[in-house]
Amino acid sequence: MRERRDYDDIPGTYVFDGEHSLKGYHLNMFCMSLNKAGNREAFRADEAVYLQAFPMSEAQRQAVLNRDWLGMLRLGGNIYYTFKVAIFSGLNMQQAGAAMSGNGMSFEEFQQMMLDGGRPIQGNRSKADENK
Amino acid sequence: MAKLIAGVGTAHVPAIGAAVDHGKQNEAYWQPFFKGIEPAREWAKKAKPDVCIIIYNDHASAFSLETIATFAIGVAPEFEPADEGYGPRQVPKVKGNSEFAWHIAESLILDEFDMTICNEMSVDHGLTVPLSIMYDQPETWPCEVIPLCVNVIQYPQPTAKRCHDLGKALRRAIDSFDRDISVAVLGTGGMSHQLQGERAGLINKEFDTDFLDKLVSSPEELTKISHTEYLRESGSEGIELIMWLIMRGAMNEAVDEKYRFYHVPVSNTAYGLTILEDQE
Repeated sequence: MRERRDYDDIPGTYVFDGEHSLKGYHLNMFCMSLNKAGNREAFRADEAVYLQAFPMSEAQRQAVLNRDWLGMLRLGGNIYYTFKVAIFSGLNMQQAGAAMSGNGMSFEEFQQMMLDGGRPIQGNRSKADENK
Repeated sequence: MAKLIAGVGTAHVPAIGAAVDHGKQNEAYWQPFFKGIEPAREWAKKAKPDVCIIIYNDHASAFSLETIATFAIGVAPEFEPADEGYGPRQVPKVKGNSEFAWHIAESLILDEFDMTICNEMSVDHGLTVPLSIMYDQPETWPCEVIPLCVNVIQYPQPTAKRCHDLGKALRRAIDSFDRDISVAVLGTGGMSHQLQGERAGLINKEFDTDFLDKLVSSPEELTKISHTEYLRESGSEGIELIMWLIMRGAMNEAVDEKYRFYHVPVSNTAYGLTILEDQE
């Protein structure tokens, strides 16, 4: 493990640094493969078989199969890559956002939060702040 | 000689492209947004830049983690819209200007900004959404485009100061191009937003307003903001705002803000737009 960094203190945020990128490389490159229509068809035909072609960890494969959006981030995924799986599954960014909120927030509640001005910065700046 | 006529800052939210492509402009959700960008479209019709240098980021479309370029410039004669997972956007091909792009690449590298040069690249919503914002749905885009792509996905992104300095070098490149063309520089991305994690949906209007104010009056202040502060205050994807500083670096120290528009929400994002012109 690397030394602690000042951004580790930001709550609910997975900073895509070198360590994260290294861990998630093959997971993210699988996601990237879904930019090609033929690959999307192959993935649709048999997800588990398709995933075997990428040297990912079993936990990463399971996170993809379960559409565990937070799990993918924790295992090294980057949102611009994992969002390719969301697009594949017919989700928009607000549906993905609701699913990642981690507190059972529904799409409608997420949408309303955005209409009301978004998730407020107050109370969300630092982990210390969040626990107050 | 080439003449810089304006700097434009705009977010490049993909949902805007989808709203234009699927005719949603008159829906209640979108009306205030499209009303707010109308003055920019009027401005673009009058100003008619021959070339737009669009500073943007790719979102795992043309580039992947296989090779991560900090600053890349497209020198191709044309750029195809990328398939981002839905099939490519049905928008015109983007015409480049290879002669000007090569001049800029050479000038920047000799000025000690080590650009990655792209002879073949597709362009994603980061570049085509700003064109839709400025020009709506023309048969062909009314300007040539030079894509200048910045890594804002892999930490560490270039520093805010480095971006501002690149803008200054970009201005030297524009000013030294021996053709009578008018040029606009578009800095795109932002404003505050976070797409990932439990903090998804974060918006920080106070930060954005301060950013827009200082972009006009004291951009040097914005170059002192650290990565962690951008990530914390403007959200993990709000750090795209560093690309606006490349645009600002290309402008004179004293600028007039011709137009500003700020609107929340566009999808998960705070939308911001600014048009800057050099003071005489």
